[in-house]
Amino acid sequence: MDSFFSVLDATIRVATPLVLAALAGLFSERSGIVDLALEGKMLAAAFAAACVAYMMQSPWAGLAAGMAAGVMVALLHGIVSIGYNGNQLISGVALNMMVSGLTPVLALAWFQQGGRTPTLDDAARFRSVELPVADAIAASAPLKALFGHNILVYLAVLVIMAVSWVVYKSRFGLRLRAVGENPHAADAAGINVKLVRYLAQSISGALCGVAGAYLVLAQTGAFIQDMTAGKGYLALAALIFGKWRPWAAVSGCLLFAFTDAIQIRLQGSELPLIGSIPDAFIQAIPYVLTVVLLAGFMGRAVAPKAIGVPFVKSR
Amino acid sequence: MSQPSNLPRWATLWLMPVLNLFAALLVSGLVITLIGEDPVECLQLMINGAFGYPEGIGYTLFYTTSFIFTGLAVAAAFHAGLFNIGGEGQMYLAGLGVTLVCLGLDFLPGWVVIPLALLASMALGAAWAFIPGYLQAKRGSHIVVTTIMFNFIASALMTWLLVDKLIMPGSQTPATRLFAESAWIPMLHELAANLGIELPQTPLNATFFLALLALVLFYLMVWRSRWGYALRTVGLNEKAARYAGMPVSKVIIVAMCFSGALAGLAAVNELLGSTHRMNLAFTNGIGFVGIAVALMGRNHPFGILLSALLFGALTQGGLDLSFEKPAITHEMIILTQGLIILFCGALENLFQTPLALAFKQMTKR
Repeated sequence: MDSFFSVLDATIRVATPLVLAALAGLFSERSGIVDLALEGKMLAAAFAAACVAYMMQSPWAGLAAGMAAGVMVALLHGIVSIGYNGNQLISGVALNMMVSGLTPVLALAWFQQGGRTPTLDDAARFRSVELPVADAIAASAPLKALFGHNILVYLAVLVIMAVSWVVYKSRFGLRLRAVGENPHAADAAGINVKLVRYLAQSISGALCGVAGAYLVLAQTGAFIQDMTAGKGYLALAALIFGKWRPWAAVSGCLLFAFTDAIQIRLQGSELPLIGSIPDAFIQAIPYVLTVVLLAGFMGRAVAPKAIGVPFVKSR
Repeated sequence: MSQPSNLPRWATLWLMPVLNLFAALLVSGLVITLIGEDPVECLQLMINGAFGYPEGIGYTLFYTTSFIFTGLAVAAAFHAGLFNIGGEGQMYLAGLGVTLVCLGLDFLPGWVVIPLALLASMALGAAWAFIPGYLQAKRGSHIVVTTIMFNFIASALMTWLLVDKLIMPGSQTPATRLFAESAWIPMLHELAANLGIELPQTPLNATFFLALLALVLFYLMVWRSRWGYALRTVGLNEKAARYAGMPVSKVIIVAMCFSGALAGLAAVNELLGSTHRMNLAFTNGIGFVGIAVALMGRNHPFGILLSALLFGALTQGGLDLSFEKPAITHEMIILTQGLIILFCGALENLFQTPLALAFKQMTKR
């Protein structure tokens, strides 16, 4: 039983940045802009968070800087895709490469520690939140895995609820979905399509910013070259897996994080009937599942209708 | 894919890519200034490193060879209206084909092993592209997402194979044993030595000529064949192609296989031409550079030759530069590649409006 809770605990830790990035992608893609740049936004945010948290000795300053960096990359993606009607796929790939190249160059120039930033002190990180009440409950009930996380984990839970409310119940959410499904109809109804898309990009950047900052401020304690290691793409896969719906995307993230957590537990151990499974097979599960889903073997994943098509106002 | 413009043809084909490239290099220069180095001096060092001495030229052309293949791979898919980001994974699997042939059969003479390895590389590259192509054509799964997923699956698969199965017995590093010398593709300096010409020792090998041949064949297949006509029609207007009775699904699937096979040949240049064994990181982003090469070269073989040469020079010159200036690492080159993709691919029409205005002014006078 104990091992079950430690897997659950690890799942929550791994899932948090994925959830934030997947919800970031949800805003962008629901507004009709393909978001391959999740990876780049997260990486830029991780770098900015590491630099500022180190200089100011404050995790909150780091978080703010991470969000600002995420928004900057997102707006760049916005200017290219919305302002210049450029190819959104290519823009995403380009931004990911640019950030992956720029961050270690700057890290080397500013800190002279190879492509990384100095390790943060405890004071500059988010540590686990200790609640006396929670400890009392956790001692009696098998809920240990739900307590003792850092504040960003709990923040992510709030974000999930807020996002699903915003997307489905708010005026902005209605406009967001309209713009992503049929921008010309939305335009005729008096909605400023480009503005809504820019706003969606900014939200996407801010959420990716939190996700990237989490990697540094709550996990590694320093920026390491290419530290996102495909998490942005994994989040995108979870978003598609969740058919562009908030709660389903979150479930996708939890599922992917669970495979990651279980992989560490299973390393080298023998399973009944199957024998030992190579790590690589478990690592590949999220990607294989996404392909299977996209192939339509597990229900249909239908993307927002106007996704990837630049909006040119009809006259 | 570009919008109709009122610019003269030469301006669209030559002036705009050059301006876009210039803009990308300008931003790189700004970053170099920001970290306290002199961009002009760096540019000189790079050009000198890439073209200034025979050894540099050899390395430049070696990198160019791989980039021609991955660039053509991306272009082949682009002509069918598909964005194949999976070049990296296809090249990885192609490397497996080369490796399996070499590990199993390299007791045979070179004229048997090398053609078999070439075929195996193209077959596995094509097979890895076939699945996303099939899913796109028959089930409507978005090719960009599936090829990204296939890159990750390829990487997991190859890590497992190299660490658990193909590793040289008794070795700690995940790499195969060295292939027998009969399977090595002759180096250019060896070929030249046979003719009595002395060239410096570089990994540039006979695959370079195969790449040049591929450029010509690509042109003939895409612009001078019935299949190429169908390919370009599907890319420009799928509905029209279907209305004209073209087998759209088949064209898409074959285009992806063609693309994967081309990406696969880059593995031949790396494995049989240079390293002579397979290791974990042999693809080294070459598949992604192909995207930049195709965009910069406007999907035309001649453009791809020039832009592959540019990226070959960037890679080799950048390596030389990083020896001279430790602050400017290989990552600076990745940044520059990203900027070139951004300006030449996503912002290709950035200068269109100002240029159109300028031309209008000039013709008025």
